[in-house]
Amino acid sequence: MWAFIHKLGSPKWFYAISARLLPWLWVAAVALIVTGSIWGLLYAPADYQQGNSFRIIYVHVPAAFLAQSVFVSMAAAGLVFMVWKIKVADMAAAMMAPLGACMTFVALFSGAVWGVPTWGTWWQWDARLTSMLILFFLYIGVIALRGAFTSRDAGARAASVLALVGVINIPIIKYSVDWWYTLHQTASFTFTSRPAMPAQMYVPLLLMVLGFYCFFIALTLTRTRTEILRREGSKRWVRQLVEGRL
Amino acid sequence: MSLRLQARKLACERDDRWLFRDLDLTLNAGEILRIEGPNGSGKTTLLKILSGQLGDYDGELSWCGQPMRQVRRDFLANLIYLGHAPGVKAALTPLENLAWYQALAGEARAGKSGHALRMAALDSIGLGGFEDIPAGQLSAGQQRRVALARLELIPRALWVLDEPFTAIDQNGVAALEARLITHVRRGGSVLVTTHHVMKASARLRSVRLGDD
Amino acid sequence: MSGWEMIDVSVNTKPTGTVESLLVSEPEGGLIGAIKATLVRDMTLLLRRRGEMLNPLVFFALVITLFPIGISPEAETLAAIAPGLLWVAALLAALLSLDSLFRGDHDDGALEQLLLSPHPLPLLALTKVAVHWLMTGLPLALMAPLLGVMLALPSGSYVVLAVSLALGSAILSLVGAIGAALTVGLARGGVLVSLLVLPLYIPVLIFGAGAVQAAVSGANVAAHLAILGALLAVALGLAPFAIAASLRISLNG
Repeated sequence: MWAFIHKLGSPKWFYAISARLLPWLWVAAVALIVTGSIWGLLYAPADYQQGNSFRIIYVHVPAAFLAQSVFVSMAAAGLVFMVWKIKVADMAAAMMAPLGACMTFVALFSGAVWGVPTWGTWWQWDARLTSMLILFFLYIGVIALRGAFTSRDAGARAASVLALVGVINIPIIKYSVDWWYTLHQTASFTFTSRPAMPAQMYVPLLLMVLGFYCFFIALTLTRTRTEILRREGSKRWVRQLVEGRL
Repeated sequence: MSLRLQARKLACERDDRWLFRDLDLTLNAGEILRIEGPNGSGKTTLLKILSGQLGDYDGELSWCGQPMRQVRRDFLANLIYLGHAPGVKAALTPLENLAWYQALAGEARAGKSGHALRMAALDSIGLGGFEDIPAGQLSAGQQRRVALARLELIPRALWVLDEPFTAIDQNGVAALEARLITHVRRGGSVLVTTHHVMKASARLRSVRLGDD
Repeated sequence: MSGWEMIDVSVNTKPTGTVESLLVSEPEGGLIGAIKATLVRDMTLLLRRRGEMLNPLVFFALVITLFPIGISPEAETLAAIAPGLLWVAALLAALLSLDSLFRGDHDDGALEQLLLSPHPLPLLALTKVAVHWLMTGLPLALMAPLLGVMLALPSGSYVVLAVSLALGSAILSLVGAIGAALTVGLARGGVLVSLLVLPLYIPVLIFGAGAVQAAVSGANVAAHLAILGALLAVALGLAPFAIAASLRISLNG
């Protein structure tokens, strides 16, 4: 187990193994997202209540899923970095943060757009949107903290601690915002409480969610590989690799 | 049990730069070990590792024959560390400053005896009469002496001193140097970084960083 | 300065008592002593700089003064928003004082010495946070009812306001200390602390302001206060370790 973890932690090994996984991941991501989009946007039936505007769900829900999962995986990578001092884990965490912030922004923006036909306003203090907004601020905090340190190692550790503190707080924030929302509830409609979807609607949604996850993993691996080359630029294996290619 | 701080194949990497590698050193009872090297060669970092503050190193570090990571609390209970900054609160008097350090080291004595010990420590470093003045009103050298008074106040075997001669006048430098010698003569040990040239002594050894 | 030379002579003449005998295998007790001394020291420091201690209180009163001017002096309007306003203003006041929690100790090297103590750092850090709460959170909680009167807060909710703020500000101090510890090594950590800490404050705000609102509307406040208590228990259990880890990172990278 130990040997395995440390082997996985070696940048060289990670670089090699990720090269084999990446093509599959990219193909899967593109295929799933293209199929899901076409199916969802063109062939899925319109919602009996919201008509065609419900189709934003095919972007909003996967983005919202990803926004939360990325934070959790970022914290997990931070924990691995802190406990086993595996640098690749920190590189991955550093690469995930902007991606997660982008996904949170996409979820927020699509939620706001969705708000126009459903609520007649661009912004509603809906429980989900509010939690998402707070999550966005948490991402910004982690990114800003990492950037504020002049020593990269210190910044990495600080960002890991903050991500861990954040991940403990996310359920508390989510629960308390839901609680707050039920107390002040004004809108009669929420995204969450809806009748069971027909398969024609939820299968493309499932495809989109899977596609987004594949896209996230593939993009993180690609970015981490670039980061490895940047940070390990002085190592012999990187030099050999670059010279071999040129 | 005999005092022995030992490092084998010690290495420290910071932001992809090796500060030092393959460093072997041993500090026994009755020895002064001086760490030399130009600015930025990692003297302070090495001192922080050797004083148990920094756990981010490669290689082995042992205290009295046991791995440092396992006996860190034991080790800290035998250590006095003086860093770059004196750690003296400007708003507190020298006596109050020392009282906190005394308690932090587990040497708190109730009532008179604690106070008497603090007064004696201040007297011995030439701060008698300044004990009730807020440290912020003292000169930089005097503040430094308040920090040095901890050496007298808290009896510990291992002294780790980062540039202890900074800001002290000539008499003070000579006295501190003599004090280090007496400490090791009594069986204590000193680990010190300094640019000050110390008197040659049979007990003094040096390690040089930053030559590779 | 002749003191040292004198002691050297006296030592040289009677070189008995070796340091060898000083080596201790188990750290001595004295944890209580260390905590007590840290409490006394931090309280003394704050009391010597009373201005610094009063700043959050003055800030609290000032912010509350701004709202009737900015919104409306009508008692009805003010009463409706008073619970939330009081809580938000108190939260910001507590936030304002966070940056100084560890910065003084960091700048003069005392923090380094705190980290070198053989006693558990989480407990010593918790002591410092306790002082911070005693000197900022608690006074804010005691002052809040006074400002409540100025905002025409309906009677019957004053005790709940003070209690919820006393409980809540303890959580704010604990969570805020993590942010303060993470940024203490940075030259301009002040604004960053707010960015890191404010999102984490939201649950406290929801249940704190919720408690006061419930008291105003005559609902049961026990649930809110119980949840605040539970959050405090969680923060007490976890935050000291996060603070200790953050302090180590800030000091030693």
